[in-house]
Amino acid sequence: MNEPFPYLSALILLPLAGSLVLMLLPRRQTLTIKAAALVLTIGEFILSLPLFFWFDERAVQMQFVEQREWFPEFGISYLVGIDGISMLLVLLTTLLTIVCVLCSWKAIETKIKEYYVSFLVLETAMIGALCSLDMVLFYIFWELMLIPMYLLIGVWGGPRRIYAAIKFFLFTMVGSVLMLLAIMVLYFHYAAETGVYTFNVFTLARASLPAVKQYWLFAAFALSFAIKVPMFPFHTWLPDAHTEAPTAGSVILAGVLLKMGVYGFLRFAIPLFPAAVVAATPLISWLAIIGIVYGAIMCIMQTDLKRLIAYSSVSHLGYVMLGIFAFNMQGLQGGLYQMLNHGISTGGLFLVVGMIYERRHTRMIADFGGLTTVMPRLAVFFMIITLSSIALPGTNGFVGEFLILLGAFRSNVTYGVLATTGVILGAVYMLWMFQRVMFGKITQEANRLLADLTKRETLILATIVLFVFLMGLYPGLFLRKMDASSAGYLKYVKARIAAMGAPAVQGPLGAP
Amino acid sequence: MADYIWLIPFFPLAGFLFNSAFGGRLSKSAVSWVACLAIFCSFIAAALVFAEFLRLPGAGRVFEMDLYPWITSGQFQVAIGFRLDALSVIMCLVVTGVGFLIHVYSVGYMHDDPGFKRFFLYLNLFVFMMLLLVTGNNLLVMFVGWEGVGLCSYLLIGFWYEKDSASDAGKKAFIVNRVGDFGFLIGIFLLFVSLGMKGVWTLNFAQIGQHAQLLDGPLVTIITLLFFVGAVGKSAQIPLYVWLPDAMEGPTPVSSLIHAATMVTAGVYMIARLNFLYRMAPDTLLVVATIGVLTAFFAASIGFAQNDIKKILAYSTISQLGFMFIAMGVGAYAAGIFHLMTHAFFKGLLFLGAGSVMHAMSGELDMRNMGGLREKTPVTYWTFLIACLAIAGIPGFSGFFSKDEILWKAFSASQGYLLIWGLAALTAGMTAFYMFRLLFGTFHGTCRASDEVKHHIHESPRVMTVPLVILAALSLVGGYVGVPHVLGGSNAIEQFLAPVFGQGAPAPAQPQTAFGFVSTAWASGGAAGHESSLEMLLMALSVAIALVGIFLAYLFYVKNPALPGRFTASFAGLHRWVENKYFVDELYERVFVRGVQRLGAFLLKVADGWIIEGAINGTADALQRLAGRLRRVETGYVQEYAFAIIVGAIVVVAYLVVIPMF
Repeated sequence: MNEPFPYLSALILLPLAGSLVLMLLPRRQTLTIKAAALVLTIGEFILSLPLFFWFDERAVQMQFVEQREWFPEFGISYLVGIDGISMLLVLLTTLLTIVCVLCSWKAIETKIKEYYVSFLVLETAMIGALCSLDMVLFYIFWELMLIPMYLLIGVWGGPRRIYAAIKFFLFTMVGSVLMLLAIMVLYFHYAAETGVYTFNVFTLARASLPAVKQYWLFAAFALSFAIKVPMFPFHTWLPDAHTEAPTAGSVILAGVLLKMGVYGFLRFAIPLFPAAVVAATPLISWLAIIGIVYGAIMCIMQTDLKRLIAYSSVSHLGYVMLGIFAFNMQGLQGGLYQMLNHGISTGGLFLVVGMIYERRHTRMIADFGGLTTVMPRLAVFFMIITLSSIALPGTNGFVGEFLILLGAFRSNVTYGVLATTGVILGAVYMLWMFQRVMFGKITQEANRLLADLTKRETLILATIVLFVFLMGLYPGLFLRKMDASSAGYLKYVKARIAAMGAPAVQGPLGAP
Repeated sequence: MADYIWLIPFFPLAGFLFNSAFGGRLSKSAVSWVACLAIFCSFIAAALVFAEFLRLPGAGRVFEMDLYPWITSGQFQVAIGFRLDALSVIMCLVVTGVGFLIHVYSVGYMHDDPGFKRFFLYLNLFVFMMLLLVTGNNLLVMFVGWEGVGLCSYLLIGFWYEKDSASDAGKKAFIVNRVGDFGFLIGIFLLFVSLGMKGVWTLNFAQIGQHAQLLDGPLVTIITLLFFVGAVGKSAQIPLYVWLPDAMEGPTPVSSLIHAATMVTAGVYMIARLNFLYRMAPDTLLVVATIGVLTAFFAASIGFAQNDIKKILAYSTISQLGFMFIAMGVGAYAAGIFHLMTHAFFKGLLFLGAGSVMHAMSGELDMRNMGGLREKTPVTYWTFLIACLAIAGIPGFSGFFSKDEILWKAFSASQGYLLIWGLAALTAGMTAFYMFRLLFGTFHGTCRASDEVKHHIHESPRVMTVPLVILAALSLVGGYVGVPHVLGGSNAIEQFLAPVFGQGAPAPAQPQTAFGFVSTAWASGGAAGHESSLEMLLMALSVAIALVGIFLAYLFYVKNPALPGRFTASFAGLHRWVENKYFVDELYERVFVRGVQRLGAFLLKVADGWIIEGAINGTADALQRLAGRLRRVETGYVQEYAFAIIVGAIVVVAYLVVIPMF
């Protein structure tokens, strides 16, 4: 029999194999190392394209599925597959990794080999986590993401990198341990109920858990994911991590790693514990709204560009969570879309700040002013990305934000109205930041000599801007891929809730 | 033809894209040619549609097409689609016509500016967005244009970005508009969801109009009020008008195009476009008319005490927009659009004239340093005078017909109110006063400029004066498309707009010659005779008020220039309030700007700092202290470990043995 090409395994393994090759290269040949990393990540991106083009957008079930026995005695299997929810995130990952390699080209000057090895291992972990449908497999990749990221911050980061790296590690670890515990409880519960030992997430979802147990298990999962998102009030690790991380670390952290939290909710916490979801929806929605507004107000107060963007992530991810917990098509698709947008636009903002930082070695807003005069090309890109971040129609941000707010409004008018205030605040902090950095007269001599973008930098930002407009003007290209999966997902979750005999809910889950 | 209507907004976009791609390599004049040509093509396209409309019967005057599906998510399906009907074609003609003239004018005005090419890029982009706003066939495309013009306004107000006051003003405009957009967005959500609950999922204007009856009255009131919040932001009405005077930081052609002729009228257009909803909400209409008249009056009063010529024009614009909202509020949609059009002519002209004055005066804006420009800049003077006569409402000029139509409707329409009429009529007089104060102060008397400046005073080049002359001609004759029946006209514009606004004036008995300027003889006789004489009376009254205003201005600023000083001295307190714009900016600054900053500082310190980080670092410290104590257990002495093991063993044994005994 002609077995289909195992795309997902190839995608998961290629960066890992590449990192082994990189390790074998002589340390001195930095250009070879960088070139190899670039070729590998580009190859990885090309390899991920069939996922997009050959994806059956009408199919509800998982696609590109591969299943192999791994530890059959424990019911652990190597089970990977993607649907419309994860597919685009995989592509975002492969795309942003190229960008990260490119933007590190000049910025990273020490331990170059280890740096790119870390990045490739990180890519394997991220793609693995997005494709895993077995909980042990997922957990392994989930934890594997931590180590390279910890190193990226701790080794190549800024002055307070050790504090930031340990904070990042501990926060995430606390959540992870609880999640592991919850996975075990679920595993044994299912075994006790049916006699079958398995970590297959779809099989486990059939367990009939009593409500109280669901609450506890959901709480464990939710805490782990909420820290990762990060949701208010678990966000304080993020500004430190972002500020200290090298540019590429910030890009990948904002672009992909944060989405893992949301993805965890979608793939695991929500389908597994429907009764708890019903109970927790108001709490999570409120935290999301607080996150939107609180994050935005924090942004207004920041004096450090990277901290500002980090807090804006708190605000943006608040939108994502709100949309997803609206449990309707617009909210869900808006949330999914906003995850991609955030990867593009916030990634873009970190790139811009990184480019300025490389020239000026400061991130303090007060050190700038009037940069448009000396860096007109950067100004154009920066402006477009800023507008995308404040969700101007025509840019990608608008599509996501609008759908989320509409979805939230449909599920609960109060949520919708409160969250929409973020539209005003978003403009306030972004435009004020932009004004202080780019407009006005040059006041510091050091800024007068700054060079405009190089060709490499232009290429990087042009890629980002291309997606800003492509996703803003023709969102159908991407939304279409999510349609069947999103509709199927909502149907599935609602059926699960109905089957659970959960208390009949008006509002979020009752809405059509 | 309907399939090609997307070309109207497309041309300026093409111009923008072309100049973005190749502008760097082209000469300045090539860039400006491309930009002007793009707008001209749109104008021709709009004119062709208009001509086609005149051939079609009223009901057939709608072209609609969807270009491609834009956002599709579940029941939410919105296309990039366009709709041209009587209303949008008039808007298109105004935007592209006045827009074209201002483009041409800018070629001269911006000639020596280092940002010349960038200016034309933004200008083209603006016209594209504005056309999108007025031709979109659904609320979301309108919203794209709505935000897009806001962006261009932001970019153009802050065009001279090195000036802090300019970039501040741009930012202020954007943010204040966002407050309005907040209402607009919630309005869209509420409308979409409420209609959806009745089984109609759409944002398309035609379909909303078709199914509007499904909505309950109170709901429609809320929806229309929310949309009105958006209009208040964009069209600078109370309480969101504060951004417009600051917006004068932008180059003067921008003030003319965006902040007088086109963008700021978007709010008026929006209400006109959604008239089928507003019609269902009399309470909202009352709010609209009230805000309109209060803004008109309030802004005019500020106009009294300003000396910056562009600021006077800005407050005048706010005031005139108020007139348009009065029209909307009393259900006189056609009259409002009529005034929108004539206002685009004369206010666009006034700003361009002010620009010409600045050009002559080496950038001077303060009226106190001007005077006597009449001889040296004759074209500017005469065109400015025509515009002043038009805005003052002197019979024969365009503003007279449109403003009087509004006043009459405010008085006579079923939703009209005497109080609104009275305040509006008073405001009209005030308008005449402050506009002629401006005219006299700038062009009459003796020149108060420094010798250096005086030496350079010159008339602007042709490329600037020709647009002035054309706009002056339009300000002069533009009113004749709306000559009321009582003056023997046919109110052609109202009839042309009738397919959009439903009712409108009863068709005159005489056969009509299409859409022309042909005035038929006394159309409304007989039963309407009594009303006609009332209308004539009110008209005469408002003309008298305007003349009084002009006369007072003459008295104060030409005849007896010492009078204003004495006058302000005796009302010093009031004058200080008015001169400082009633301190509204200061109030907003203190309440909103500093309020948010204080809240932010508080949250940063207390919530993020003490509570969250405190809890986390506290936990970490506690763990460290615990670990510190636990560490002492590990002493390294084997005896102590052995002892601990024995104690432990005893405890375990005791637990296993003793517990089961009970």
